[in-house]
Amino acid sequence: MSILIIQILNSLFYASVLFLIAAGLSLIFGVMRIVNMAHGTFYAVGAFVTAWLVGRAIALGVPAAWTFLLIPVGAGAVALLGVAIEPLLRPFYRRAEEYQLLVTFGLLLILEDVIRLLWGGLPLSADPVMDVLPSIRFGGLIYPGYNLVVIAIGVAAAIGLWAVIYRTKFGVMLRATSQDRRMASALGLNVGLVYVSAFAIGCFMAGLGGAIIVPTQTAVLGMGIDALILAFVVVVIGGLGSLQGALVGALIVSFVRTAGIQFFPEIELAVLYLIAAVVLLVKPTGLFGTA
Amino acid sequence: MLADVSRAQPKLLLFAAAAVVLILLALLPSYISLYQTQLLTYGLIAAIAALGFNLLLGYTGLLSFGHSAFFGIGAYSVAFLLRDAGIRSMELYILIGLPVAALTSALFGYICVRHTRIFFGILTLALSQVLWTLTYKFFWVTGGSDGLRVGRPTLLAGMLTFTGRDAFQRFINGYYYYVLAVFAICVVIMWVIVHSPFGKALQAIRDNETRAAFLGLRIRRFRWVAFLISGTFTGLAGILWVPLNGLTTPEVLYWPFSGEIVFMTLLGGFRNFTGPIVGGILFTYLKTYAVAATEYWQLLLGVVLVLLVMLLPTGIVGAISATAAKLRWKEKPA
Repeated sequence: MSILIIQILNSLFYASVLFLIAAGLSLIFGVMRIVNMAHGTFYAVGAFVTAWLVGRAIALGVPAAWTFLLIPVGAGAVALLGVAIEPLLRPFYRRAEEYQLLVTFGLLLILEDVIRLLWGGLPLSADPVMDVLPSIRFGGLIYPGYNLVVIAIGVAAAIGLWAVIYRTKFGVMLRATSQDRRMASALGLNVGLVYVSAFAIGCFMAGLGGAIIVPTQTAVLGMGIDALILAFVVVVIGGLGSLQGALVGALIVSFVRTAGIQFFPEIELAVLYLIAAVVLLVKPTGLFGTA
Repeated sequence: MLADVSRAQPKLLLFAAAAVVLILLALLPSYISLYQTQLLTYGLIAAIAALGFNLLLGYTGLLSFGHSAFFGIGAYSVAFLLRDAGIRSMELYILIGLPVAALTSALFGYICVRHTRIFFGILTLALSQVLWTLTYKFFWVTGGSDGLRVGRPTLLAGMLTFTGRDAFQRFINGYYYYVLAVFAICVVIMWVIVHSPFGKALQAIRDNETRAAFLGLRIRRFRWVAFLISGTFTGLAGILWVPLNGLTTPEVLYWPFSGEIVFMTLLGGFRNFTGPIVGGILFTYLKTYAVAATEYWQLLLGVVLVLLVMLLPTGIVGAISATAAKLRWKEKPA
């Protein structure tokens, strides 16, 4: 019983991180119609920046409790990186998808090596953040308090993103641009600004995913490449460009994965890819997609 | 009559040029070092993979991000044949490996051609990653991340064996001509395919799916066959690659390798026949020298890719032929 609860909590923890990555990917696709192959690498950048900042702060004698504040800083750094990179993508909005995929693939190669250039090939960790919060005991089981915080951040991010998209004026602009770029532009929307904002928010989400996971596991090279494929699986199951889709997809992938690690570890990933393939065959737009 | 002559002449010229290039390639090993010969062999193999890939991208208009699957299937087939059946003959590798690659392509293609554009890409990606993760996880079958070793095979039904003194040297030289011959055959076959009615139908589907459907073409069937041929060519490249490399690891199934195949095709140019060939060879050199020159070779390749997509979207061959066409236009304004 207690194992079951722990596994459920683990799934939710994992789903939170995955949702952050996939929602960003989905948002960028929904608004800009670009499948960003470098998106996983933005997640990796978030992890590396945060781990590095935490390491510096601890070295400077900052109390460990304060390092919590570095998580949003890490995510914000990734959003800034996104703002800097978006102009590079502008020439490709009107071009064929092949070129969009290739230019973001090139971006992925570049960013992966920039990470290596800046932080070397060694793993970076930020465990002090995790150690701040005590483990929680209930009914004979022990669970790291930090993981519960991550779940809470995931839930908060889902609600926050939903509120921004469906309850604010900016959200209306976002959805209008997503539905018809030319019409939105004709109605006087600054489409360029909407694009930059969408890209920055997407990058922020990915960066936040990396920032919150790095206290529990080290930042390593290649983590972004693995994450991208899982995020693809999530958005394919849920539907590219759909927020609910990213949420449901993240939950499905996390629970299947946790069960997989428990019961069929060899084919755990294969099962996920196969689920994605089956969804694409049966309902190509995903469970919630409209595009 | 006149039109026939003017159409036949460039064709003749092209065949003459191809023959000259082939002869040059055959003469080359006498003048370059062993290492260069080896590198060129890798380049020719990459060219075969890109040639197959381009039947889908350039001629059918489908961007696959999962061609590493077929390359890997080819490579692992050879490794299994050697380990589990003790087969050492290159001809048997090809004879058995090709149907395996074709079967995998047929299966993957059957699923993937139900979609086009971005979903096609993601579907090929997902399926290729199923193979990657299985290879990675079932280490007691596949050797896991250590991969499987493959020794030097015998060529031409056992007439050429490579043991004893100077074995490596003789193997590289012999294998170069072997790969060159297979490469030449592949080029001819692909040329015939893309200039056949079938190839024209693929291009018609690429340019206007609806119109092609109204002409009575069975679009999905055509795409499936194109996928099958494309995957088989790439599989053949994998078969040829593994004895030269001596080792196959799950890396060749991982999706960034698919990205490399896309990269080389784009480097040469996917809107013409010779583009992927030039791209495959050039990419091999580019990558080898980038890896040798700097630890950050991925960065270099990434910058090249971004610049390429921005400035030379038709690739090197495309840019050259466009410049040539412009010059010709200036020479005799009609």
